[in-house]
Amino acid sequence: MGQSHTHDHHHDGYQAPPEDIALRVKALESLLIEKGLVDPAAMDLVVQTYEHKVGPRNGAKVVAKAWVDPAYKARLLADGTAGIAELGFSGVQGEDTVILENTPAVHNVFVCTLCSCYPWPTLGLPPAWYKAAPYRSRMVSDPRGVLAEFGLVIPANKEIRVWDTTAELRYMVLPERPAGTEAYSEEQLAELVTRDSMIGTGLPTQPTPSH
Amino acid sequence: MNGIHDTGGAHGYGPVYREPNEPVFRYDWEKTVMSLFPALFANGNFNVDEFRHSIERMGPAHYLEGTYYEHWLHVFENLLVEKGVLTATEVATGKAASGKTATPVLTPAIVDGLLSTGASAAREEGARARFAVGDKVRVLNKNPVGHTRMPRYTRGKVGTVVIDHGVFVTPDTAAHGKGEHPQHVYTVSFTSVELWGQDASSPKDTIRVDLWDDYLEPA
Repeated sequence: MGQSHTHDHHHDGYQAPPEDIALRVKALESLLIEKGLVDPAAMDLVVQTYEHKVGPRNGAKVVAKAWVDPAYKARLLADGTAGIAELGFSGVQGEDTVILENTPAVHNVFVCTLCSCYPWPTLGLPPAWYKAAPYRSRMVSDPRGVLAEFGLVIPANKEIRVWDTTAELRYMVLPERPAGTEAYSEEQLAELVTRDSMIGTGLPTQPTPSH
Repeated sequence: MNGIHDTGGAHGYGPVYREPNEPVFRYDWEKTVMSLFPALFANGNFNVDEFRHSIERMGPAHYLEGTYYEHWLHVFENLLVEKGVLTATEVATGKAASGKTATPVLTPAIVDGLLSTGASAAREEGARARFAVGDKVRVLNKNPVGHTRMPRYTRGKVGTVVIDHGVFVTPDTAAHGKGEHPQHVYTVSFTSVELWGQDASSPKDTIRVDLWDDYLEPA
C-alpha cells in the first residue's frame, strides 16, 4: 500500500495526496462492506450531514442569541453544552462544550497541539489550516504572531488566553458584539458572526454604515 | 509518547496558509474516510484514544507528509489489523478472507441519533479530586512511551487550576486496553513566561491546558 507516493509539494502549503490513495480507500471500503462492518448508505448520510447540516452557521445562531438574550447568555456560559442544545445542536465532538467569552480585557482563541480537536456541532468540520502544523505548533508559543497572520492585531493591554484543547472538552469563543448593531435583529446579527470569530482567529464582520 | 504529533512550541513549519472558500471535503475519498470513523466506532472496533494513539505511531515523515484524512486512513488500515478485525492480507488485497463476519451497527435509521448524541468521555464517578480551583500545580516530568495527553511543552511547568471540569476517562489507560480510570480533568493556566521564558513574545498572555489529575503534583 502506498508504495508509489508521488507528493507534489505546492507553493501554497498543500500537498497533493498520493495518486493511489483513492484506490486504497476504495479497496478498504469494499472490504469493510464485504465483511459486514459498515453500511455505505449510512456513511453517505454522515457525509451529507457534515456537508449540508452541521457547520458554522449553527454556532453563529448561538452567538447571536447570546448577544440579544442576557438570560440565554447566562445559561450558555454556565453550561455550554446545554445552552447550545437549546438551539438544537449537539453530539459528536461537542459532547462537553465550554463557551469562552471575549471581553474588553480578554481575547480567547483555541488550538489543539496534539491532534485537531474542534467543536463539530457548532462549527462543523475544521478547516485545513486548523489541522496543519503551522497553526498547531505556534499558537501556544506566539499567539500574537499567529493572529497577525490572520490580520488580527490584539491591543497590547488585552490578555490573550490560548486554550489548548488537549482533553475531551470542546471550546467555542463568544466574540464581543460589534458596536453599531443596536438596531440589528438576531438574524442580522448572526450574519456578522464568522467561523474564525468563534475560533478566536478573527472578529465578527463589522456592520456596514448603510445597514 | 514523545511523538511528532506533539507540535506545541515547535518551529520551522512556516506561516499559516488559509485557502479562501475551502470546501468541506477536498476529494471524494475524504468523504469515505471521514464517514468510516462513526461507522467503525459504532461497531465497537476501537475507542477514540486507540484511534489517536494509532495516528501518533505513524512514521514521523509519513505523519508530516500526509494530510489529515490520510492519518485516519492509516488508522483503519493498521489499527483494525492490530485489533484482529481485519488481516494484513485482507487490507492488501481488498478481499474478505471469510466473507461476511459482522453486521453494520450504523444504519441509515440511526445516523441522526448517533451524530446528535455522540459519546461523552465524562463519567458520573471517579477518583477524588486532589486539586481545587486556585491551586498551584506542577505538571509531572514524565515521558511515557505509550499514549498520553500531557503535551511536552507543559512538563515540569507550574500553573494555576482555573476550572475543574469533573470526571473523564483517562486516555493513558483507555488507549491500551487498561480501563477507563475516570478522574478529574482541570484547565490549568500557565503564563507565557513560565512556558517559554523571559523572551516570550506575549508576556501578558496565558496558555490554558486541559490536564488530568494524574498528570499533576502540588507546587
